[in-house]
Amino acid sequence: MLRIRRLEEKSAELYAKQKIRGFLHLYIGEEAVGVGAMRALRDDDNVVATYREHGHALVRGIPAGEIMAEMYGKANGCSGGRGGSMHLFSVERRFYGGHAIVGGGLPIAVGLALANKMKGESRVTACFFGDGATDEGEFHESLNLTALWELPVLFICENNRYAMGTAFARHVSDNDIVNNPPAYGVHSETVDGMDVVAVERAVHNAAESVRETGEPRFIELRTYRFRAHSMYDAELYRSKAEVEEWKKLDPIEQLKDRALAATLITGADIETIERDVAREIEEAVQFAEQGEWESIDDLARHTYARDLS
Amino acid sequence: MTTYREAIRTALRRLLLEDSRVFLMGEDVGRYGGAYAVSKGLLDEFGEDRIRDTPLCESTFVGAGIGAALGGMRPIVEVMTVNFSMLALDQVVNNAAVMRHMSGGQFEVPIAVRMATGAGKQIAAQHSHSLENWYASIPGIKVLAPATVQDAHDMLLAAVEDPDPVFIFEHQMLYGIEGPFDPNATLSSPWKAAVRHPGSDVSLIAYGGSVHKAMTAAEELEKEGISAEVIDLRSLRPLDRPAISASVSRTHRAIVIDEAWKTGSLASEVSATLAEEAFYELDAPIARVCTREVPIPYAKHLEDAALPQVPAIVEAAKRSVGNG
Repeated sequence: MLRIRRLEEKSAELYAKQKIRGFLHLYIGEEAVGVGAMRALRDDDNVVATYREHGHALVRGIPAGEIMAEMYGKANGCSGGRGGSMHLFSVERRFYGGHAIVGGGLPIAVGLALANKMKGESRVTACFFGDGATDEGEFHESLNLTALWELPVLFICENNRYAMGTAFARHVSDNDIVNNPPAYGVHSETVDGMDVVAVERAVHNAAESVRETGEPRFIELRTYRFRAHSMYDAELYRSKAEVEEWKKLDPIEQLKDRALAATLITGADIETIERDVAREIEEAVQFAEQGEWESIDDLARHTYARDLS
Repeated sequence: MTTYREAIRTALRRLLLEDSRVFLMGEDVGRYGGAYAVSKGLLDEFGEDRIRDTPLCESTFVGAGIGAALGGMRPIVEVMTVNFSMLALDQVVNNAAVMRHMSGGQFEVPIAVRMATGAGKQIAAQHSHSLENWYASIPGIKVLAPATVQDAHDMLLAAVEDPDPVFIFEHQMLYGIEGPFDPNATLSSPWKAAVRHPGSDVSLIAYGGSVHKAMTAAEELEKEGISAEVIDLRSLRPLDRPAISASVSRTHRAIVIDEAWKTGSLASEVSATLAEEAFYELDAPIARVCTREVPIPYAKHLEDAALPQVPAIVEAAKRSVGNG
């Protein structure tokens, strides 16, 4: 979680320095979701994520340097500089993107699971999306189709209480997202998304159930983003007091306190972790700085498998 | 002689038999046999795993086709008609078309999407669209419009084999036409335009359902001593621009026939291509025969009046050669 936190803090700093441009959505506050969920999945499972996916990508095993280089737009980035912050990809890690049309990744996850089922593979496709995506038709269509066809998708809703700037209660008629999936016959549960241990346990159990039964499941992880929606957001829609209230539930501090209290780690261990993370992030920035810009001559590359002209 | 729909079914059967990664999904493709009876009998032969009736959720089943293609399958998705495909347009534009490029070449989407298009059956404004030009304007996908029975078969084989997303537009008036068909013919490249009727006085450039109207027009013109060359574009993206220019370099006159609305149509694209690449070959202004800029009406006489018809093509050609 600390790796994500520091990567995001560095990203914000580099955004201010205009090293990173475009849209940048930080994961600060939501780290327990990405870390807990990724640790509960197997390497050969599939992951479909959203545009707030630096944390997922990092924990999934995409090197910090490749993520940072992607945000720089460099050729050594994990999408060759063509995707940027919102579109991190890795075929090796079965990381099927960073999707930036809200809800648009869900049908992709349905299709990946369909392919796995038809090929007789036992992969789980973990599909991450926010509370805003549950407003979209594709959310309901995807629940219906996966239940109807018994497809192994684990729907992971990161409910951070806001669809961009619209509060949950102002965009969802039923205040409880977990009530939706059962209407399609999909098992549904809510978990504290600020508690990394609870997230890992719940996602592990759900993923193994999906693997065993081949049927979809839904988990709502209640979380909160401490930073603005993106770097353009003036945060006019929520109070500072609300943000401060949630910061008391900081997933990193919570885990730190629990681990110290249980004497699983010492203060010295934490210092060591901080030092290691700082080095990793520093090296990631170096990797990005040293990366090459792709030649403009290659602009059309990867539009099609073969050049059409 | 075989019908257009039987030729597509022959291609579907061959693909399903030869490649275990291939499956067909869409609304009413199974039990019903396909809205245009293209997939009739395939459910019995191949079973529910490979002939999948979907719920009515265009966005999600097209997206699922994209996901299945990413997952190593070769899905053929039937979106009943182009009119419903707008509900899936986000998946086409934001996922299928960009996945390869946006991922730096890591992921590809070898999906084939078939849909009926066009007007002519008195099914009114919501079921008579011709929106191939929307699709043909998107980099990252390919667009085919089979006009003949042989192409209906061959283009599907080519689309499924292709590593990129391919969209096939089947004009709804063509499913019942009969034409020569050899299922074992050597496949010609689907990406090249074809000369369907040689001529020397004027080029009639068309695709899909309009090719047949252009052919009829060419026969009528012949009676009046005008030799018209009919070009079937076949592939709408990539567009075979050299073939278009080559034809006009032979005839020096161009009539472009397109069932879409004139504004922003493929006919506009073809015309602009000629203006850019064959301007000095032209002996007369380019003319476009397109659909009138109104929603397609139900009443037969109004629908006929809205669509490009043979007399309008003949008249445009005669005007172009100076006999009009």
